[in-house]
Amino acid sequence: MLLADANFRLDAQAVDYVLLGFYFVIVLGIGLMARRSISSSLDFFLSGRSLPAWVTGLAFVSANLGAVEVFGMTANGAQFGIPTVHYYWIGAIPAMVFLGIVMMPFYYGSKVRSVPEYLNRRFGPASHLVNGISFATAQVLISGINLFALGSVVNVLLGWPLWLSIVVSAAVVLTYTAVGGLSAAIYNEVLQFFVIVAMLVPLTIVGLHRVGGWDGLVDKIADKTNELNSWPGTNLTGIGDATLSVLGIVLGLGFVLSFGYWTTNFAEVQRGLSAKSMSAAKRTPLIGAYPKMLLPLVIVIPGMIAAVLSPELASAKAQLAANPGTATDVQYNDAIKLLIRDVLPNGMLGVAITGLAASFMAGMAANVSAFNTVFTYDIWQTYIRKNRPDAYYLKVGRTVTVVGVLAAIGTAFIAAGYENIMTYLQTLFSFFNAPLFATFILGLFWKRMTPAAGWSGLVAGTLSALAVFVLANSGAVTWFGSPDSQGPSFVGAGVAFVVDILVSVLVSLRTRPKPDDQLTGLVWSLTPRESRRHTSDGEDSGWYRKPSVLAGGVLVITLVLNIIFW
Amino acid sequence: MATRGSLFDLRWIIALLFGVYGVVLLILGLGFETDEDRVKTGGFNVNLWVGVAMLVFTVLMATWALVRPLRVPDESK
Repeated sequence: MLLADANFRLDAQAVDYVLLGFYFVIVLGIGLMARRSISSSLDFFLSGRSLPAWVTGLAFVSANLGAVEVFGMTANGAQFGIPTVHYYWIGAIPAMVFLGIVMMPFYYGSKVRSVPEYLNRRFGPASHLVNGISFATAQVLISGINLFALGSVVNVLLGWPLWLSIVVSAAVVLTYTAVGGLSAAIYNEVLQFFVIVAMLVPLTIVGLHRVGGWDGLVDKIADKTNELNSWPGTNLTGIGDATLSVLGIVLGLGFVLSFGYWTTNFAEVQRGLSAKSMSAAKRTPLIGAYPKMLLPLVIVIPGMIAAVLSPELASAKAQLAANPGTATDVQYNDAIKLLIRDVLPNGMLGVAITGLAASFMAGMAANVSAFNTVFTYDIWQTYIRKNRPDAYYLKVGRTVTVVGVLAAIGTAFIAAGYENIMTYLQTLFSFFNAPLFATFILGLFWKRMTPAAGWSGLVAGTLSALAVFVLANSGAVTWFGSPDSQGPSFVGAGVAFVVDILVSVLVSLRTRPKPDDQLTGLVWSLTPRESRRHTSDGEDSGWYRKPSVLAGGVLVITLVLNIIFW
Repeated sequence: MATRGSLFDLRWIIALLFGVYGVVLLILGLGFETDEDRVKTGGFNVNLWVGVAMLVFTVLMATWALVRPLRVPDESK
């Protein structure tokens, strides 16, 4: 089990506990202060659409910077090296720019309160229910993964039993999200962003210092061809043929998986919806893209350092290279913990532990706040108890937050017992995003697409992704990569996308579309330009606040980074 | 709405957290670096330099909050 081994015990001292404790005091304080600004359900679920863009932008990054990213991307760095950067520079950045420039105007402009609500207005209740329920379920399961990771940090640090660690960690997250709503979650995410950076940057610098700088790191890496060049990334995809591997990365990871994740995942989009103006909403993912673009330098590189600096991990890597499938003492997922243990003295150690706790709390709070919004607005208010006064839904929201956290405690124990199953679930849910993205894109630009096409495309796309997943894991089909590499998920996402588009088009041609007047503000060609445009006066003025300038800037720098690490 | 006025300024909270962290790390780096620490870090006094960096960051955040204070929107929506 993760972290249970005594050799992960970090040698924390009083000063480290003080740093961690001080952080928790501030986190809870933010929850209490945010409570005073809540007077309606919109305040609770969308911060009253009042937050400045730098706050929502950093929260946008933090919401995603949970256990899966911090452990997962350092693990990928340790295992695959430089090709891991594709998750950021081919995956996240173009998708975030697309969300800000193309999709946010529809989300924010149509005044929907959630991503499923957009589906409801565009396609009607069938697609709405499919998406609302699958999203709510996914959030509870993923918050369980974050909660388990958080509990295991407390477990290692304080030596409390795992169950107690999980319950106490859940109580902290519950307190500030139930009390302070989305504002508390978002303000804490901004704080968490800075704390996580305060962990990662020194860790990278000290790590590089230890291995003798960049040149020292390069010297010590055994497989220089694959691990020091980002292309063709055959070790990452597990696809032997270089051309197919590049296609898999660009189309599967870049286009389908990442666009699907970043543009339709409500846990992310919600941060933009809480911004105070159309301009701020568009800028949310664009401002977030700048730190996101630099993160691989302090996430992937520490992973690579851990793989050469930590004797345990280096030997595990050598064993796995010689004989894949060997049971090793440590896993790639342990990379960042091993590096923290080996290079950080007390003091910085406390900051790093706080950073880990912050990261998992940010991830979990994002899951929980997205879950309570979708459940309250999209399931409870739409289908179960309609037309109640707003105060009622605010109360439901608080109750659902409690229920969501309790459910996450349950899924955390599933994660504790069946870590691999949770990894599979994670992969599966990533598949759901690919058909969702296809449906969104088609529905946004093709007014002829019908309600029946909406749900049938989603269902067919998801089933086809599932089929690829099963084929890959049973070993029946191997040309798109082995089950333990990333290839099958890239291919599965691509297949899901294509099937969704095909089914949607075929069904649309045989069923009746919605009349044009019901699609205003939801479809590109039927939305007046004015309602997509943002104002550029007052607090939205200045060339550096122009979404197009921000978007162009981040794309150019990302291109340069891509070339440097070619 | 009266509630908008009570929105607190996040920048001061960030400054508070990193101010305290910076001072603690700076003191550790200046006075309490052990031989064991030097082995771990390869001789790079990470507490000292991160402490300094955090204090610089604190000053920047505080300056920003002072120069551009949070304005309470007077519109009533």
